[in-house]
Amino acid sequence: MTSTAVLERDEETGVARAPRRLGTPLVTVLLVGAVALACALSVVVGARTIPLAAIWDSSHPLHNISQARVERTLLGLAVGAALALAGAVLQGLTRNPLADPGILGINAGASFAMVVALSVFGVSELRDFVWVAFLGAAVAAVLVHVVASIGRDGATPMKLAIAGAALTAAATSWTSGVLLVDKQTMETFRYWQVGTIGGRGLDVLLVGAPFLAVGALLALSGARLLNTLALGDDLARGLGRRTAVDRVVLGVAVVLLAGTATALAGPVAFVGLVVPHAVRGLVGSDHSRLLPLSALGGAVLVVLADTLGRVVLPPAEVQVGVMAAVVGVPVFLFLIRHGRSGSGAL
Amino acid sequence: MTSATAPATRLSASRLTLGYADRPIVTDLDLQVPNGKVTVIVGANACGKSTLLRGLARLLKPQSGAVLLDGEVIHRQPTKHVARILGLLPQNPIAPEGVTVVDLVGRGRHPHHGAFQRWTSVDDEAVAEALELTDTLGLADRVVDELSGGQRQRVWIAMALAQGTDLLLLDEPTTYLDVAHQVEMLDLLADLNARRGTTIVMVLHDLNLSARYADHLVALRDGAVVAEGTPRQVVTEDVVRTVFGLDNRVIDDPVSHTPLVVPVSRHLRQAQPPTQELP
Repeated sequence: MTSTAVLERDEETGVARAPRRLGTPLVTVLLVGAVALACALSVVVGARTIPLAAIWDSSHPLHNISQARVERTLLGLAVGAALALAGAVLQGLTRNPLADPGILGINAGASFAMVVALSVFGVSELRDFVWVAFLGAAVAAVLVHVVASIGRDGATPMKLAIAGAALTAAATSWTSGVLLVDKQTMETFRYWQVGTIGGRGLDVLLVGAPFLAVGALLALSGARLLNTLALGDDLARGLGRRTAVDRVVLGVAVVLLAGTATALAGPVAFVGLVVPHAVRGLVGSDHSRLLPLSALGGAVLVVLADTLGRVVLPPAEVQVGVMAAVVGVPVFLFLIRHGRSGSGAL
Repeated sequence: MTSATAPATRLSASRLTLGYADRPIVTDLDLQVPNGKVTVIVGANACGKSTLLRGLARLLKPQSGAVLLDGEVIHRQPTKHVARILGLLPQNPIAPEGVTVVDLVGRGRHPHHGAFQRWTSVDDEAVAEALELTDTLGLADRVVDELSGGQRQRVWIAMALAQGTDLLLLDEPTTYLDVAHQVEMLDLLADLNARRGTTIVMVLHDLNLSARYADHLVALRDGAVVAEGTPRQVVTEDVVRTVFGLDNRVIDDPVSHTPLVVPVSRHLRQAQPPTQELP
């Protein structure tokens, strides 16, 4: 490649070669606005339309319903932000723009733990579900990391992905095995599995809040770590990072965020994959911008998807896990088709 | 940059053995990197030259022996402290997707920041200077993926310069470049050495360019130093035959008056005496 070749390319595509990015301040303002709008819609829209005033007016006949919707919205914000943040960290950590928390076996581990808890230990309280699912997610992530660490190069992104895929396959088949012989567990599990935040409120969120807070803190302070890891392990170490330690810290953040979100709402796919990918296209790959904006984007997507799920098939509600994918897939396909370097990412 | 009392070497290897498990790649090697000079490590494929460079850059833990930086074992020093003295450009650095030149070069400032320290004007100056020295100021807002190979390599050098280290280690900085860009890259490094006094250690493939740009040449074979010294001392027909297993003649480079290796190929030996030229 010579510089003349580049000039030719420039002429062909004109200004398209220059980075076409919205400014970070603009994206931030838009996302904050979108969060506010999504929250308002989430409270107002549903089987019954509720005026916003009902939230503050305790004498309003719809006050109680509005409180439930507020709690549901808060849960949606937390789950969405956590999933997208986890996805952004994981994509940086594995240097794989298509990674999502499922790659570490987190979803499969949580599902398997849930099934075992339901079937063998007869757990039935929603609060206990949270603990069980979180435990499953954490054990899965640790197992994947340990398996990937075997061998002389340690836990490389490639080995992590393979170990994650293997564990997912194993856990999924065990889960299916238990469900096939236990019809009653199947009934309960089916609702949890698609991912939902309906009918869950503050009590559930409060169980997960400390985990989410620590996870978010670790993730957001890891932006500098991710920015050096992105250059390759050798260069990161040359810049004075201890990459093995950084990987563990960031991995803990992912497990706390994605594990807790999965525990709270069931496995909600696509949010952790699509949101960071889209935000990266808007503001670039600097994690100090990418991480907080991904969290905002994830919150918007989950709250909007949940709201949309209440109105698409009345009187039934479509769970957020399904709606997130319904909304997420077209966005993802659009990004691949029109992304500045979408094909390069694949 | 070195004062009169400074020792002649800041980076050295002492009885260094590097490798994996029971397979040593570099064995019992002693090396002293002269301060403020350009040291080039040459050798055949798989002779351990990249392994040695990784060991010097503390990326590989020695099986025995040690690498010393400023008289202390490099592995016992805080890695961030080392990163302010010694910079490294690996053979295949990864440019994050969509990263701009100025953003990438700025990441070289990492060792100068604490966990909660913000970017300062000192960082801005270091980045601007690095861009200027590598003639990449005009590319500052371009996306790295879209640059040519030669431009991209200059940007990586700029990143290493922004790190502001007295020593710079480079693993084959001219790989994938055509001959004009190879010369341009090595000229740039020679300039840095002359202007800033940066000590440079690099692994190079091209023996003739190595002889031209090196102050100190180290020839490796099977993980051991075969010859070491000025290019004129090292690049002899005997050494080249030992190191590369190549029949050769060494003549005077008419441009730089350093040794120039001319390979003798089997193909030509068989063809002798020269037959009538084809029409």
